[in-house]
Amino acid sequence: MLTTPPFLEPALKTTDEIFAFRLYVAGEAPNSILALRNLKSLCQSLYGDNYRIDVVDVLLSPERAWAEGVMVTPMVMRISPVPVIQIIGNLNNSDQALNALGVVMENRV
Amino acid sequence: MPKTNVQHIELTKARTGIRGLDDITNGGLPQGRGTLLAGGPGSGKTVLALQTLVSGAVNGEPGIFVAFEEDSARIIANAATFGWNLPALENKELFFLDTKPRPDVVCAGQFDLSSLLASLKAKADQMGAKRIVFDSIDVLLSLLDDPLAERRELFRLNDWLVSSRLTGIITCKNNDSCQSRLDYQDFMQYMVDCVIFLRHEVDNRVTHRTLRIVKYRGSGFYAGEVALSLGDSGAEVVSFPLSAPCESASTERISSGVARLDSMLGGGYYRGAAILLSGAPGTSKTTLCGSFVLAACERGEPSLFVGFDEPAHEIVRNLRSVGIDLGPHVASGLLHIQSIRSSLTGAEEHIGTLRNLIDTHQPRCFVIDPLSAIINCDSDASRRRMPEQLLALTKSAGVTLVCTSLLGGNDALNEATNIQVSTVADTWIHLSYNVLSGERNRALTIIKSRGTEHSNQVRELILNSDGITLADVYQAEGEVLMGTSRWQKEIAEKAAEELLQASVEHKRKELELAQAEVNARIEVLQREMAVKRGELEMLLATEANRLKLFERNRDELWSMRSGDDQKISSSS
Repeated sequence: MLTTPPFLEPALKTTDEIFAFRLYVAGEAPNSILALRNLKSLCQSLYGDNYRIDVVDVLLSPERAWAEGVMVTPMVMRISPVPVIQIIGNLNNSDQALNALGVVMENRV
Repeated sequence: MPKTNVQHIELTKARTGIRGLDDITNGGLPQGRGTLLAGGPGSGKTVLALQTLVSGAVNGEPGIFVAFEEDSARIIANAATFGWNLPALENKELFFLDTKPRPDVVCAGQFDLSSLLASLKAKADQMGAKRIVFDSIDVLLSLLDDPLAERRELFRLNDWLVSSRLTGIITCKNNDSCQSRLDYQDFMQYMVDCVIFLRHEVDNRVTHRTLRIVKYRGSGFYAGEVALSLGDSGAEVVSFPLSAPCESASTERISSGVARLDSMLGGGYYRGAAILLSGAPGTSKTTLCGSFVLAACERGEPSLFVGFDEPAHEIVRNLRSVGIDLGPHVASGLLHIQSIRSSLTGAEEHIGTLRNLIDTHQPRCFVIDPLSAIINCDSDASRRRMPEQLLALTKSAGVTLVCTSLLGGNDALNEATNIQVSTVADTWIHLSYNVLSGERNRALTIIKSRGTEHSNQVRELILNSDGITLADVYQAEGEVLMGTSRWQKEIAEKAAEELLQASVEHKRKELELAQAEVNARIEVLQREMAVKRGELEMLLATEANRLKLFERNRDELWSMRSGDDQKISSSS
């Protein structure tokens, strides 16, 4: 079962804030497709429907990606709530992803 | 004409503009391919990569610098210390991309460089870039934390370089103590066409940077380790072209500044030769150098005097005390005196400095005093290499080199092991001192002089306010006499000579007297002889008269006696 750490709970309880993510991909590269799938299922399990994912194709807008500090793909940026969190990779390593999002696992060996 | 399937791909090279590196690579890095630049911290990876990029940008090959490790702003600021004006080139000929990952970035699963490479390709096409540097690729690769993925991305990168026809430099850390990185490093070395290792180490408290080309597909290269120096204007490799220019040997003689030494050498040093002056402290090595330089300046030849650990004005002052005034020539710019601290860098880096000095001042005559200062503080390996490189440098420039070697002892035979220059130098003059009867005197010997007849005599070197003069030495009972002993011997010999001359004169006079006496006696006898001859003539004449008279008287008597004709005639 997944849960949020105690210091994040008030924030979650008091607001109906949307969890906003931006996913930078390289066209239809395998890792990019994998990342979108992994991110969707992660958000689903964590936030229900209370999330939004924007997908940016770096191949189509390289200048934007550089301006936003995106060098490798796939890369996920949590825009909201602050602070901004960056995760690179296809999110196959869900432990790392959850840690980054401030989610701790319970009942794990 | 049918097209052939096999295309002959000519290996073209991209000049790095880094002095010496283009020589040992036979023209530069492989164009349109990847080069791996691996080295530890502070070994000069970034400088070397950036310098190659800047030199390309200045010469019509724009470039892109992808900074994984350092902020581009800091790189640009650091480059200003080498005098490269990057802001002027930026955005048109040079483009910097900061790809430094945020420190809090988390990696959750595999990623790839395809988007980065795709966007870089677009940028390269837009600005017409020909060169690209990926500075410290390992920063990014370490995030992958997967050997297989690391290899895959490196392969992707190399593939991309080749297909984009970009000359690429990939820098990468190479720390011997860090075993974990060896896996992809090995792979990278197999993958790219050219691998260059940089090393940074401290030996005898002196910092050395070295560079070695590990491999270079399809090209000849110098495989040894060469010194790399980071000077005022950037990186520089202390090396020389693979095929050294073969210059004809000069037969011109130039003066050593000491007339007697010139005649001992059969006319002076050869132009373009390397001359070693070895000797213990205080044996006038520097003064001989000064004489040489002064003679050169008086001939109007630009000269260079490099003094290690001795300030230029002190050299001028000290030489003036022995009548060698270099001041006017320094003032006129004919002579340049450069003082260098010996312990700042390794011996081979010093060669780089000397090469720059030769380039700047274009001297005909060149003095290094003392050469041993930079050799003795170094490791055995570079001690062997350094003189060879120095001589390659001066010979290719046609410069006549006089260098000194300071020796602790007084034994000339020790020198061969102390300084390798002795084996490569054309002329080797040894200065020593001789302690006898409470005084120390300097002696000069020519140990060897290639291609010239030279005196085998030891000469005493006399130093006074007029400079150097050489004098014969005296051998007495197996010992060499110099200084006041020689003076005493000279006086004694002079006295003996005078004595001898006087006695000869005396004997001559005696003999002349005896001769005169004999002559006088001869005259007396001759006069006696004349007298006797007169007497004899007189006697004979009287006798003849007497006989004539006798006959006449007899005839008369006969006739008076009316004798008959029966005369008792005398038969006459």
